[in-house]
Amino acid sequence: MNENKQITQHPDYKEHHEPWVRMVKRDNVSTQRAVAVRAIAILAALLVGGILILLMEHNPILVYKDMIIGSLGSPLVLRETARMAIPLLITGMGIALAFKMRFWNIGAEGQIIAGATAASYFALFHYQNMPSPVLLMVMFAAAVVAGGVWGMIPAVFKAKWNTNETLFTLMLNYVALEGLRYLQYGPWRDPSKMGFPVIAMFDTSARLPRVFGVHIGWIIALVLVVLVYIYMKKSKQGYEITVVGESIQTAKYAGINTSLVFLRTMFISGAIAGITGFVTVAGANFTVSEEVTGGVGFTAITVAWLAKLNPAAMIAISVFLAILQKGSGTIQTIYKIPSSAASMLIGLILFAMLGCEFFLNYKLIFKKK
Amino acid sequence: MEGFAVVDFFFMAVIAATPLLFATLGEILTQKSGSLNLGVEGMMFMGAAAGVAASYIYEATVGDATLGFVSAILAVLIGFLAGALGGLIYSVLTVTFRANQNVTGLALTIFGIGAGNLVGELLGIRAGGFTTVAEDTKRMFSSISIPWLSDIPVIGRLFFSYNFMVYLAIITAIVLMWIFNKTRVGLNLRGVGESPATADAVGINVTRYKYIAAIVGGGICGLGGVFISMADNSGTWIFNCIAGRGWIAVALVIFAAWRPSRAIIGALLFGGLSVLRLYLPIDGIPAQVYNILPFVATILVLIFTSIRQSKEHSQPKSCGINYFREER
Amino acid sequence: MCHGIFFDILTSMSEVSNCAVKLNNISKSFGTVQANKDVCIELRRGEILALLGENGSGKTTLMNMLSGIYYPDSGEIYVDGKEVIIRSPKDAFDLGIGMIHQHFKLVDVLTAAENIILGLKGSVLINRKKLASEIREISDKYGFSLDPNKKIYEMSVSEKQKVEIVKVLYRGADVLILDEPTAVLTPQEADTLFEMLRSMKNDGKAIIIITHKLNEVLSLSDRVCILRKGELVGELETKDASVKSLTEGMVGRSVSLEIQREAGALGKERIIVSSLTCLNSDGLKALDDISFKLHEGEILGIAGIAGSGQKELCEAITGLYPVEGGSITYINDDEPSELCGLTPTQIAKKGVHLAFVPEDRLGMGLVAGLDMIENMMLKSYNNEKGFLINRKLPKSTAERLIDSLEIVTPGVSTPVRRLSGGNVQKVLLGREIDSGPSVLVVAYPVRGLDINSSYTIYNLLNEQRKNGVAVLFVGEDLDVLLELCDRIMVLCGGRLSGIVNAPTATKEELGILMTHMSD
Repeated sequence: MNENKQITQHPDYKEHHEPWVRMVKRDNVSTQRAVAVRAIAILAALLVGGILILLMEHNPILVYKDMIIGSLGSPLVLRETARMAIPLLITGMGIALAFKMRFWNIGAEGQIIAGATAASYFALFHYQNMPSPVLLMVMFAAAVVAGGVWGMIPAVFKAKWNTNETLFTLMLNYVALEGLRYLQYGPWRDPSKMGFPVIAMFDTSARLPRVFGVHIGWIIALVLVVLVYIYMKKSKQGYEITVVGESIQTAKYAGINTSLVFLRTMFISGAIAGITGFVTVAGANFTVSEEVTGGVGFTAITVAWLAKLNPAAMIAISVFLAILQKGSGTIQTIYKIPSSAASMLIGLILFAMLGCEFFLNYKLIFKKK
Repeated sequence: MEGFAVVDFFFMAVIAATPLLFATLGEILTQKSGSLNLGVEGMMFMGAAAGVAASYIYEATVGDATLGFVSAILAVLIGFLAGALGGLIYSVLTVTFRANQNVTGLALTIFGIGAGNLVGELLGIRAGGFTTVAEDTKRMFSSISIPWLSDIPVIGRLFFSYNFMVYLAIITAIVLMWIFNKTRVGLNLRGVGESPATADAVGINVTRYKYIAAIVGGGICGLGGVFISMADNSGTWIFNCIAGRGWIAVALVIFAAWRPSRAIIGALLFGGLSVLRLYLPIDGIPAQVYNILPFVATILVLIFTSIRQSKEHSQPKSCGINYFREER
Repeated sequence: MCHGIFFDILTSMSEVSNCAVKLNNISKSFGTVQANKDVCIELRRGEILALLGENGSGKTTLMNMLSGIYYPDSGEIYVDGKEVIIRSPKDAFDLGIGMIHQHFKLVDVLTAAENIILGLKGSVLINRKKLASEIREISDKYGFSLDPNKKIYEMSVSEKQKVEIVKVLYRGADVLILDEPTAVLTPQEADTLFEMLRSMKNDGKAIIIITHKLNEVLSLSDRVCILRKGELVGELETKDASVKSLTEGMVGRSVSLEIQREAGALGKERIIVSSLTCLNSDGLKALDDISFKLHEGEILGIAGIAGSGQKELCEAITGLYPVEGGSITYINDDEPSELCGLTPTQIAKKGVHLAFVPEDRLGMGLVAGLDMIENMMLKSYNNEKGFLINRKLPKSTAERLIDSLEIVTPGVSTPVRRLSGGNVQKVLLGREIDSGPSVLVVAYPVRGLDINSSYTIYNLLNEQRKNGVAVLFVGEDLDVLLELCDRIMVLCGGRLSGIVNAPTATKEELGILMTHMSD
């Protein structure tokens, strides 16, 4: 009757064994255990990184030490590190809002670009018309609106047709990037720079003031941490995000307008990424270019995820990643280790952190005998 | 555009399309098993750097005894293995450790870009300036001339003048097409990607399928990287040489509706667009318009398929979701 | 551990008979829930064994261990007298055991033939022609037809079930397990299925059907095993069985809820549904011209086989399901107001207090990952003004419910996902009742609950009736419906097949209405 008849002739049962390991979901994880497992994971990643440094014929301990010194060792480098942490932290919060809703926004790159471009428009072409504080406010508002609208586009399609937002937001990154490139190579190009396709530097009135030597983006970031925390945990809208993220069915049952929540949340998520664009152009670069994001939109996803979407934890994680990035610049000058090593090391640490979550969520039961 | 330029344009379009095709095919294979690996860019970097490194180290070791084709094969092989390593890391994290697919893919991108550039730059430092491979090896990756065939006017240049990797890419597409549509393995793979619980219930080893698809898929993505470093850049390492092409491949997968045959057309189209402005510059249309078209087209495809709610030719249903049997 | 001498005799008998499968002392628990405890069952070739039990009695879990979905915590499985270990569905297939799950495990975008050979070893290439003829051969043999090249997403439910059956047979299974096979079928389709199963039995196959429908057990099976709370409580030949003995076996005592039902005239009309029609996502009528009245202080039961439109009716009344035609009128102090076309929020704004306990508690009625406080405010968080959430009120509600309903939980801030099924239901029903509804819609409120929790729920519903609430109760256990309700409305295929007076109606009467097809 069919070709598999022979398999009902019983195979040798001795070949069947009890599975040697089974996984069972854990209910509760103590804080100590959680901290310990994560610490071990980071150490393991650093160990692997150390081996690689050894292979490059350097002493890993010295290299790591110099990374720390290079990123935290003096007020000067400390400020630099803080400056690197700001965009990661702000963007991470925007992403966390979307992720809380299980809306996989990987379009922060594009939203940052949208915000940066909108802010730059006023900085470049309308700086003469207003006093500095007003100009900065207008730039901020423009960035918020542009980032928000850019973030909301995929949400419109998600709400209406359930269009896959992961791929949509990803594509919009490149649309935004090419749009900015067009401006940089075309209408916004600085004619005084001869052959170089660059956009002019902002007027001083379009630059963010500094506090403790770092542009006030860090204050904006910390204020946002508090606001986002309150929004997510204490507000009605934050509650709606949680319910929608947990179950669309339940949200509808509760009378929540899920489409509205999608649109509103993605506007806010994009707007926060837009703020990153604003502080980067107005606080750090004083101009806008195709490299304005520096990959922050992607790295911030890992910040949000590793922090379990908790704004406070994001401070620690973004600072940690900034230390690695800043430190890698130092070891490049001292040891001639290319700074790409940092990106690889961050990758290794991310792998370890992603992998270790498993040991927090599951318990392995090994076969007795 | 004159006839000659059309042939030239087509030739360049094919060259531009090949790395995209490799990466797209690799990602299609991966996604067919239900894994959305966003680390294509990273795996291409790993493949690209490993390819150059393999050739360079081989040539440095054997010195004058260098054989171009051995060097080329090593580059392809090691480049494949490096990409496959990326796929392996991805599988361990998402399949065994059940980590979030999106985040893992991004971590792989970050890692791959770092590792690829690091290896490339270290090679440069070791070579005292910048790396390059032997002339014989370069020749393996440049246009070829097949007796008789390549001499046919127009047709010869259009079809029989590329380096071996172009043909390898097309063969890969055909093989994948055959596997998906005609074989049991392909059927099972589609089952795993569409509904892992069903596949599991009929005795398919879901874990093994997901591992193999992601690893082989990663390897194929790595080949895309090898093409860029060995053919486009003639065996030298150029910092950040992949330059976003891994992400274009992710777009192409959607554009191709997860079908290798359409991936060939899509890659040609996307590759063609990227070189079109060199051949067909129209006043008033900036280069960025050409660059943006693939992404806009992809978005339109995405929207269109979601409106139609088409069951077929859309992303394998379990993509992005990890499978775990004894959950309750 | 097998209970008593009865089993010892059976065991010794089976050694000479043609025993296909034997389960010995099988136990399985999930977390703190014991799903199966020391179950011993055996199955012979050429017989249909019914595995009977209420929802949540562990029938499916037990069979999942035989089909390799779960792995038992302890106990042994014998196939053809040899001890075997079944780690995976593949192991089960290799032993000739095939299970047809209640929720079909088919790949939508593949054809019937592709689904049938999915996962099988064989030639590298798929020989579609040979495959099609093999499938035809199987379907001819047992007297039905199946198009091998039809895609699953284009198929009806009964076609899909046939694919599942052929899939199992094609793999050479001689032990078939069917989980609630008639739950989604029309009576005619069920009859066809039974014919198929009988002819397979005559072919020497061993068949287990999991069910809680007594008429199926009596008309189809040769032997019955009864599970209750995960334990085997009875095993008997069908010819010795009666509705009474089976029911007693299932519920453990003769059914009497002892609910004080005050006879008397019906209260005022509360909701008038007339000519209600709804379409499902395929454009077919999920509800077809339904008209009835729901009164104050009454429990109106809804009976029917699964998928007859119960879910759609509940959701249409509560504003969650789009209405195609007809009207739903709410009457308050003789003031009628129309609810059709309104969202739940709009209904609430009209001052209509509807409470709804949906079938899917953790997927719809509650947010599984949130704690009790946050679940308490699910429908009321927006009542207070301001941007921020007030947790005081929901917290006191949660604490009050824990006390009054004796909800077992580590605390108000434990995610409700961690609570047991009965406690989850108490949280949900408690919240809905606490909102002071004038209409309470409950769907399958005791599904998966133990007897004690079930009684708590019945008493709560009865209390609501006494308080003048109009209760719409979707149930599956006919005994409960008859004891608890004032009137019972029977749905069949989306249509209303009748409304009976519960105190005087009989199960047979309901059974006929449930399978009645108006033509």
